[in-house]
Amino acid sequence: MFVAEQPFIDIKNVAFAYGERRILNNINLTIPRGKLVAIMGGSGCGKTTLLRLLSGQYRPQKGELSVGGQRVDLMKSAELYRFRHSMGMLFQFGALFTDLSVFDNVAFPLRENTDLPESVIRDLVVMKLSAVGLRGTQGMKIAELSGGMARRVALARAIALDPALMLYDEPFTGLDPISLGVIAHLIKKINAALGTTAIMVTHDIHHSLALADYVYFMADGGIIASGTPEEVLNSSDPWVSQFVKGAADGPVQFAYPATTTVSQDFGIEKIVGMKHV
Amino acid sequence: MFENIANPLRGLGAWIINTLWKLGFASRFLLSIVMHSGQLFLRPHLLIREIFFSGVLSLIIIIVSGMFVGMVLALQGYNTLVRFGSADALGTLVALSLLRELGPVLAALLFASRSGSAMTAEIGLMKATEQLDAMAVMGVNPIARVVAPRFWAGVLSLPVLTALFNVMGIFGGYCVGVLMIGLDEGSYWAQMQNAVDLYDDVMNGLIKSIFFGVAVTLIAVFEGYDAEATAAGVSSATTRTVVTSALVILAMDFILTAFMF
Repeated sequence: MFVAEQPFIDIKNVAFAYGERRILNNINLTIPRGKLVAIMGGSGCGKTTLLRLLSGQYRPQKGELSVGGQRVDLMKSAELYRFRHSMGMLFQFGALFTDLSVFDNVAFPLRENTDLPESVIRDLVVMKLSAVGLRGTQGMKIAELSGGMARRVALARAIALDPALMLYDEPFTGLDPISLGVIAHLIKKINAALGTTAIMVTHDIHHSLALADYVYFMADGGIIASGTPEEVLNSSDPWVSQFVKGAADGPVQFAYPATTTVSQDFGIEKIVGMKHV
Repeated sequence: MFENIANPLRGLGAWIINTLWKLGFASRFLLSIVMHSGQLFLRPHLLIREIFFSGVLSLIIIIVSGMFVGMVLALQGYNTLVRFGSADALGTLVALSLLRELGPVLAALLFASRSGSAMTAEIGLMKATEQLDAMAVMGVNPIARVVAPRFWAGVLSLPVLTALFNVMGIFGGYCVGVLMIGLDEGSYWAQMQNAVDLYDDVMNGLIKSIFFGVAVTLIAVFEGYDAEATAAGVSSATTRTVVTSALVILAMDFILTAFMF
């Protein structure tokens, strides 16, 4: 775990369940200000849920979530909406407003959350679009953009208010290698330029190790390993090693546990009640 | 044996609990819409845009349907009235049928099918594509920004569309009764003028349409917001909007008629 005297993000003993299904179990995690942290783990291990808890979309059943010294889990609705003005989130597939143009998408948080005159908003939008290399797309509709371009517009929208905290939910999913490289470069560049604290949830081991200052691995509702990219690459932990190498079998088993034997499934062995015949 | 009785009872119990839960959620949702409607006074363009989509774009279907309903009413009404030598009362029959019942009910059914289903599909798709989440994470309340303008647009549009439906229906009756069948034009309008009361008929019909507007639009925005965030979820939410709206309109019509007339 990152050791920081006053962490920007502090998650203590957080537990969360969807109804009866437990997702997070006593998660503890700290992130210093200005660092980019990757959270990795298999599908369904609760990575995105953790982001949603941090943005206040879900409330934990147990534990504490603090961002910049403010307890997110205790905020009331109005307070939460104000807090989110200092936060940006890049969604897995962009989540752009399809009825608005590229320009209006990036201008949306500025128009909704500030009293800036339209001329200033225009300049800011052009600046943000230039930062992601898409100044020429201002008048385009969202349907006219490629997947990579849409993700870049979403990134421009997410940084429109110069957030202190950036959350990236699977930013590399479904992108071709060039677009993926562009997004990775932009994340690094924007983080350095704005001094933003960022959390990146991803499966992409190569890019996350290249970008992140620190990596957390999640499984079974908790943090099972963590370290700097170098430590992760040299880790002897079987779980981390399997994830980094992409091995089919290991602590995460290839075969999903079955309640019947192979013989039973092929009808060689019959089942009567719970007794095998 | 016990299971045969217990299972349907269990199912019924689950249905009742689910329905009550949904009604409670819808009531809280309505309260939330009302509480977050203040922004519309500061930013009326949000409301005007939605009135265009749900009201103005429904004009064609309302005008054409109103005209045809009035024409059919006149044809059927004439066939019956002429047997009793009361063909001159055709204007009264057409106007009262439309103003009291058919206008508010049919306009609401058409509105639910055209605009209600569109609202559900749009909000449901915004939910499925995380657009509502993105808005919330940007610090913008989706109820205030997306739901409230659509709700008030529906509530304001339906009474106007109903009035237009009635006007077109009466005109359709005139076309058939006077221009096609050859009834006296003066009788058509004079009988109507004598029989129709501004408060009892016109205003009560309008009050009905306000109730229907609230019900249909609330169902539409609620189903969209509550839709499962998948293609199948949005599809079934849209279907539920049309079916539930139709049932609620007809049930409410019965209750309101019992109180009003």
